[in-house]
Order: sequence, then structure tokens, then C-alpha cells
Amino acid sequence: MTEPTIPVTEDELHAYVDNELPAERRGDVEAWLAAHPEDAERVQSWISMAEELHARYDSIINEPVPKRLELERVAQQPRKWLYGAIAASLIAFATGGGVGWFAHGAAASPSVFQSFTLDALDAHRLYVVEVRHPVDVPGDQRAHLQAWLTKRCGWDVHAPDLEGTGLKLVGGRLLPGPGGPASFLMYEGPSGERFTIYAAKATTAETQMRYTASGNDGALAWAERGVGFVVTGGGDRDRLTQVARLVYDQTEKIGG
Amino acid sequence: MRADRAGPNAMTAFRQSVEAMIPALRRYARALARDADIADDLVQDTLVRALRSERLFLGGDVRSWLYTILTNLNKNRRRSLARRPQFMPLLDNNPDASGTEAEGRDIARALATLAEEQRAVLLLVMLEGLSYREVADIQAVPIGTVMSRLARARAHVKAVLEGERPALRRVK
Repeated sequence: MTEPTIPVTEDELHAYVDNELPAERRGDVEAWLAAHPEDAERVQSWISMAEELHARYDSIINEPVPKRLELERVAQQPRKWLYGAIAASLIAFATGGGVGWFAHGAAASPSVFQSFTLDALDAHRLYVVEVRHPVDVPGDQRAHLQAWLTKRCGWDVHAPDLEGTGLKLVGGRLLPGPGGPASFLMYEGPSGERFTIYAAKATTAETQMRYTASGNDGALAWAERGVGFVVTGGGDRDRLTQVARLVYDQTEKIGG
Repeated sequence: MRADRAGPNAMTAFRQSVEAMIPALRRYARALARDADIADDLVQDTLVRALRSERLFLGGDVRSWLYTILTNLNKNRRRSLARRPQFMPLLDNNPDASGTEAEGRDIARALATLAEEQRAVLLLVMLEGLSYREVADIQAVPIGTVMSRLARARAHVKAVLEGERPALRRVK
């Protein structure tokens, strides 16, 4: 057996396994492997590793695609959800110029909102059981409430009108948020069901709506123009979604 | 969503190529994130961003582009996870979503012990079959970096599979 004229490198062993090696060099590598059992063993272990990966994960390819990932559905998300990040990706696109552009893009992270949502759920649980002092400023002083929270929070706090879905504004209060003050609004239905809207400055400009359940409470969270919103309520997810959409539509109209 | 630049046929072609990639994206995301729900969240976010940028996509390799989006989304997810780890368990709706499939659990566990960028390289090359060049573009690093990450990842996984199991508890 003749040794290849040029010794085979570590990189070439990997390239051999990954079909990245120039065809004319394959023979050299094969000869090398025949003469170097330790390298041959490593190469074999990489091949087995790839087989194990495929054995473990290939079944996902054949799973039916979950409904929420169907392109129709993804595309049907209201366009307004998407506007904010378009500008960001446009700029990034222009400056990035290559595949790396996305690294500069407005990539929203779900977990930021999970922690956000946790704050909101805590606040919800804490105050929703309050009978006598659930809020600092009662709902009949809506204009004062909005002006006060706007001044303290630094964005245009608007208490959405949810009477169409049977919810009356109980009032609101100021809370500590993750990076500054948070506004907290409470609504109540005729049967005593309570929903709260928690909003605070977000580190991410824009996200989709996300659902979280914790105990008996469900929360829908999203961010819009740098403000994160969490609508929290007990029980039924459909009802919560209905309320959250109303809130979303109105904050959208007002402009966050 | 309208395609201002491209005609309706081009848009259809774009969507078709995105759609064709969904199963592979799910596979990659599952191996990358090791949690079925988080994985599908990543895919969903990837698709939302892809469709959002439909008008901006001037051609090129849709496949690489989607892998790029997903890889970056996961990187950002992990970054914020690391910032506020104490919040995660309380919000973990589905703690059993991962680790239930006993088969091949070892390879999944070995993957879990890899550094993020090494895991991505290993999966993109070995599972998704991308070229070194494509992975270099996805991670925005030179090919040499991809190759050294791949070599380190393989050595690490091999060691883990062969029993040098680090006493790492999975941080969820």
C-alpha cells in the first residue's frame, strides 16, 4: 500500500465524510484510511453519528405539518401585525447585502415575552381578587387615568373600550415593569369575569401574539412599536382571544 | 400580501419553495431546540418572517435563507433565555414535550451538551445536508470556522456517546 504523496489532513477527513472533497483526492483519503485504522475508526464514528441523527429526527419529516404552520394560516395573520419589522428588515437588507443580513434584523424572541407575561400574570393574580381596592384610579375617571399613565409610562396609554364584549373598565394602576413603569388596566364583565391589560416597554419592537396558560389563567402577549402588551383572563381561551383582539385593534388604531 | 416586484407566478414559486421546506425546518428546529413546542414556534416565526420579507427576497437560495432565519431566531431565543433563566420553569407549559422519545435519546442528549454554534453546524451539515459554504453563509463566518466547529462538535458528540457523559443537567 502506498502512502499518498501529500498527507491527509483532519479537515480532509471531515470533507471526505461530507462529500466536500475534490473527487481526485478521494482515492488518496481512502488509501490513507486503509493504512491508518484510528482515523478510519473516527471516520466510521462520524458516519454512524449521521445515521443516528437521521434515525432520531427523520420521522419528523413525515409528520403532518401542524395547522399553525400551514402557509395559508401564517400568511393570513393580519398584515398590521407585521408592519413594524418590515422597515427594520428593509434597512437591514440594504446594509447587510448578503445572507448575513438577518443577523441585524428585528428578530423577536419568544422568551422575552414569556418573562413579560409572567409579570403580567402575577399582577393579574394579585389584583383580580381584590374587591375593595383593585385599582388606584377608577374607570369612571378614564381621561385622568389615561393621562396619568401616559405621563408616567412614556407612551400613549389608552384604555380600550371593551363594552362591545360586555367588559367595563374597572380602572388602572401603575406597576413596576421589566425596564420601567408598566400600566395595568382592569376590566370586569357582568358575571364578575375580570380581564387585565398589562403594558410595559419591550426590548423587541414587534412580535406575533403568543398564548401562555398558567393555572386557571391564560395570557396573550404581543409587542407593538416597542411596547409589550399582555391580556390576561381566567378560563376560556377563545374568550381571551376575542378580548385580546379588541384590545389589539384599538391600540393599533391609537398608535401604541 | 402582494409581490410588488415579482409577478404573481414568481410569488407562487416563492411560497411553494418555502412550503416545501417546512418539514425539513421542523426537523432541524427539533434537533436544535430539543423541545417540540419551542421547535414549532421557531418554525412559525421563521415562516412569518419569510413571508413578511417576500417582497424583499430578490432571488437566491430560499432554503439557505430559511435556515439562516431559523438559526438566528434560535440564537436570540437562547440569548434571552440566558438573561432571565429563572423565569422559564414557571412558564413551562409542557415540560414533557422533550425527552419522551426514548429512542435515540443519547444522540439528543449529546447534542444538548454542545455549544450553540457547534450544534447548528453539526445539524446543518450532518442532518440537513448543507455544504460548508452554505453553513458559512448562514452563520456569517469563514469556511474555516465552520470546519473547526464541525470538527469540535464531532469530537465532543463522539466522546459523549462513548460514555464520557458530562454531568450536565439540562437547563430548561
